[in-house]
Amino acid sequence: MIEFSQHCPVLMTITLIIGGALTPIVSISRKKFSFWWAFFVSLLAFFFCSCAVWRLYTMGPISYWLSGWEPPYGIEVYFDYVSTITFLMTALGILVIVYSKRYILHDISEEKLPTYYTLVLLILGGMVGFSVTGDMFNLYVFLEILSLSGYALIAITEEKLNAMASFKYLVMGSVSSVSVLLGVALLYNVTGTLNMADIALRLQQFGPTTAVYVALVLFIIGFSVKAALFPVHAWLPDAHALAPSPVSALLSGLVIKIGIVGMLRVLYCVYKLGGPVDFTSVTNFMGWLAAVTVLVGAFFAFFQDDIKMIFAYSSISNIGYILMGISLVSFTQPERGYLGMMGGLVHVFNHAIIKSTLFLCAGALIYKTGFRKLSDLRGIGKKMPITCGVLTIAALSIAGIPPTAGFICKWYIILGTIEFGKPIFAVALLLGAMLVFAYYIKIINALFFREPNESITEVDEAPLSMLVPIIILAIGCLVMGIFAYLPLAVIRPAAATMLGLPSTYLPLGG
Amino acid sequence: MEVYSIRPLLAPMISIVCAILIFWRGDNTFLRRSLSISASIIKWIVVFSMLPGSLAGKIYVTQLVPFTPGISILLRVDALGMFFGMVSSTLWVITTIYAIGYMEGEHARKRFFAFFALCVSTTVGIAFAGNMFTLFVFYEMLTVCTYPLVIHEETPEAMKAGRKYLVYTLTGGSFILFATALTFSLSGTVSFSQPGILSINSGVGILAVLFAMFMLGFGVKSAIMPLHGWLPSAMVAPTPVSSLLHAVAVVKAGVFGITRVTYNIFGVSLLKEMASKGINVAYILMWAAMITIICGSLMALMQDNLKKRLAYSTISQLSYIVLGVSLLTPDGAAGGIVHIVNQAFMKITMFFVAGAIYKKTHKKNISEMHGIGHKMPITMATFTVASLGMMGLPPTAGFISKWYLCLGALDAGQIIAVVVLLISSFLNAAYFLPIVYRAYFVKPPDGDVTTDEAHWTLLLPCVICSLYVIALGLFADLPFVPLALVREAVKQFFVL
Repeated sequence: MIEFSQHCPVLMTITLIIGGALTPIVSISRKKFSFWWAFFVSLLAFFFCSCAVWRLYTMGPISYWLSGWEPPYGIEVYFDYVSTITFLMTALGILVIVYSKRYILHDISEEKLPTYYTLVLLILGGMVGFSVTGDMFNLYVFLEILSLSGYALIAITEEKLNAMASFKYLVMGSVSSVSVLLGVALLYNVTGTLNMADIALRLQQFGPTTAVYVALVLFIIGFSVKAALFPVHAWLPDAHALAPSPVSALLSGLVIKIGIVGMLRVLYCVYKLGGPVDFTSVTNFMGWLAAVTVLVGAFFAFFQDDIKMIFAYSSISNIGYILMGISLVSFTQPERGYLGMMGGLVHVFNHAIIKSTLFLCAGALIYKTGFRKLSDLRGIGKKMPITCGVLTIAALSIAGIPPTAGFICKWYIILGTIEFGKPIFAVALLLGAMLVFAYYIKIINALFFREPNESITEVDEAPLSMLVPIIILAIGCLVMGIFAYLPLAVIRPAAATMLGLPSTYLPLGG
Repeated sequence: MEVYSIRPLLAPMISIVCAILIFWRGDNTFLRRSLSISASIIKWIVVFSMLPGSLAGKIYVTQLVPFTPGISILLRVDALGMFFGMVSSTLWVITTIYAIGYMEGEHARKRFFAFFALCVSTTVGIAFAGNMFTLFVFYEMLTVCTYPLVIHEETPEAMKAGRKYLVYTLTGGSFILFATALTFSLSGTVSFSQPGILSINSGVGILAVLFAMFMLGFGVKSAIMPLHGWLPSAMVAPTPVSSLLHAVAVVKAGVFGITRVTYNIFGVSLLKEMASKGINVAYILMWAAMITIICGSLMALMQDNLKKRLAYSTISQLSYIVLGVSLLTPDGAAGGIVHIVNQAFMKITMFFVAGAIYKKTHKKNISEMHGIGHKMPITMATFTVASLGMMGLPPTAGFISKWYLCLGALDAGQIIAVVVLLISSFLNAAYFLPIVYRAYFVKPPDGDVTTDEAHWTLLLPCVICSLYVIALGLFADLPFVPLALVREAVKQFFVL
């Protein structure tokens, strides 16, 4: 088992990518078989991921050398505490694939099913690979895999607007990829290596040169675009709102988190707190941008009538929370950043669960009624009580009402801002949360407390293959909040190791 | 002495289970009614089974789940919590009977009763919360659970009131959240303890800011002026909601929070120490309370809508409690805290009467209520009792509160507070007695004086509550009445 589990980080990446590539071939005679194949592949990846996580928490991080070549010469796969996010990715992947079984035929023809599942598996594979690689160039390659699959998934419905949204995302995404690539090139130029741990080591020797600074800025820009930080967020609302709902769930729940993971890797694994480069001026600036992002996202969501558009804008706002949390770091006193880091990291998980619940619920409503505007969906709560009930739980959760999942990050980030001496950020956070709740209450009002729309007559509850994933996710929203000590126990070592503290670090209140 | 027991958890769980069952099978009228009644009675029994222990100084504790090092979701029933839990669970039983009668023929009854049960559950959670964090969790849940009840009518007016309610209370909630985090950051704990958890070493300035934030937060639900705006608008809700939630559960949750912060987070000695260093936050709170008492009463004078008048009266009366708490003397605290139950029974009687009149005659305004006492003599008699209680005349419950409040004010050397209380009594008379006068001594416009009372489910709660108002006044000093429990609580606060 121990022997086997160290191969798991590689196995799950390969399973997803090769499984994705094989989808069109295995389903060549029966297009619908592609669902079962994708389901099987994602289950397998989930199994590998569980093994890897089990090993991580019993024996510590896994460093795996591809073909046995020792880094820095060979490629290293490094499964550390931040990589636990792959657990969420593979689990959410299964749910999204199950959900797609019925839903996706609403958006695309049967002919294109294999293409769809190929892309879903590839985007999952890209994300998983991105999160476990220890090599800068591979980081870029996986970033491209997942971005390209993302562009294609948005455009898969062949609607004109989708093509537009996809193109917009493509343009912004290319800028992001190019700047990441340039950053990698610069670092390679300076240090002569691509292995992250090795770069970190060599940066110590070379010290802060201009190229190193420029590379840092390029990375931050690149990953900010992926994470949709203000002011480079403009691509997100259209892309996330117009994509088929299961894809929106993936994009909003996971793909934007890739930007966060990238930043964590670059800032805290390569450059490192206490390393040669004092990047706190950058994180400081990012903190302010994050505060603005929280408010901007919340503010624009207010004016939307399209239910998925509202969710998309609130993703921007939530990314602001996360970035605020992870940017509250002090260069010389790493433990001061711990609580904020916890808040940011825990929200990476919680927001993924909450936001995919929301998008999948919205999908169920659209699937059943064909409407996506709040003004058309009014009064639907009486006809689809489970879907709307779940949506309400998720809405309360994203507004940070205790004891749901969304509250945890609020608590930690507020503690973090106090600890850090910047309560102004807490004000932005609380104000943002209030605005968020204001428009989610608008949704709840429309669903439950307004005159039913007469044109929706014969609508019943969504099919089981859609209900099961959203109910599981809703239970997740509650469990992650009420029994918060479980996810917190998993995330604690991640936050501590990012700050260069021992993985058992545990302050009062942490 | 702390005792581990499952009962603190059981009490809120009973109403949560009841709510879930109602959501599931509540379309059946018989099932819904029997569920509501039986759950409220079982809960009452569970809460009261802890009373003897509480009076003997026992503290029942249930640890639910750990949250982070230093914080957990904890239920801990001390005397003050027991007192508040007792008030809300008793009134839940009575209000359930009333609501069954009142909601007959209304829409969405399933939703109504389910959320009603949830609200009571969260209120008991607030009462039993063992630390500030738990209290905040239940406090926010209460806000959310009340919303569907406030907008029950689904009219534009109701929706507007609901929005207003959420904006006020959630803003307040944000203040509390921030203040709780700050408390934790300063003291490393959030648990309620005697005599408070903060220390003067944190700095007087930051403590004053912290106190102000707590008060701004809890002040919303306690309707301290100028944070009271949501309460009169929320009167658009059905009467059972106005009576239980907006006279007891929700507003008292705010006052309860203020009491907790004053005595269990800050503590008497720290507040006095702060005062000696030049920042007397309790004194500022006292002035806010006194201003609210007078202004609330003056506003009540101007209302013609009976429920609105009652709402402003509630605003004014709630500040009696805040005033008592802010005096920082044992008698003042006792008077304030015992007013939680006294005001609850008096005000709930009045709301029940307003609802009964509305249900029977569809009259909302006082100016239309000529001679209503001829038609509904028993109903109006209970209203009269409650009015006398509000004025603080012996032998009603209101007198007991006022007596202790005055004693406390004199102890603290605040003659002005005594004056304010006397003026307020006078104002109470000025806005309640005309209603009584109009009901009995003005002939109805149509000359019809045949007795025509409301349904017994509406009448019985009024009678029970008004009898209790007298009983609380007459037998105030017996054991097993609220005052005994309040004495126990005050003993804990002041370490007597």
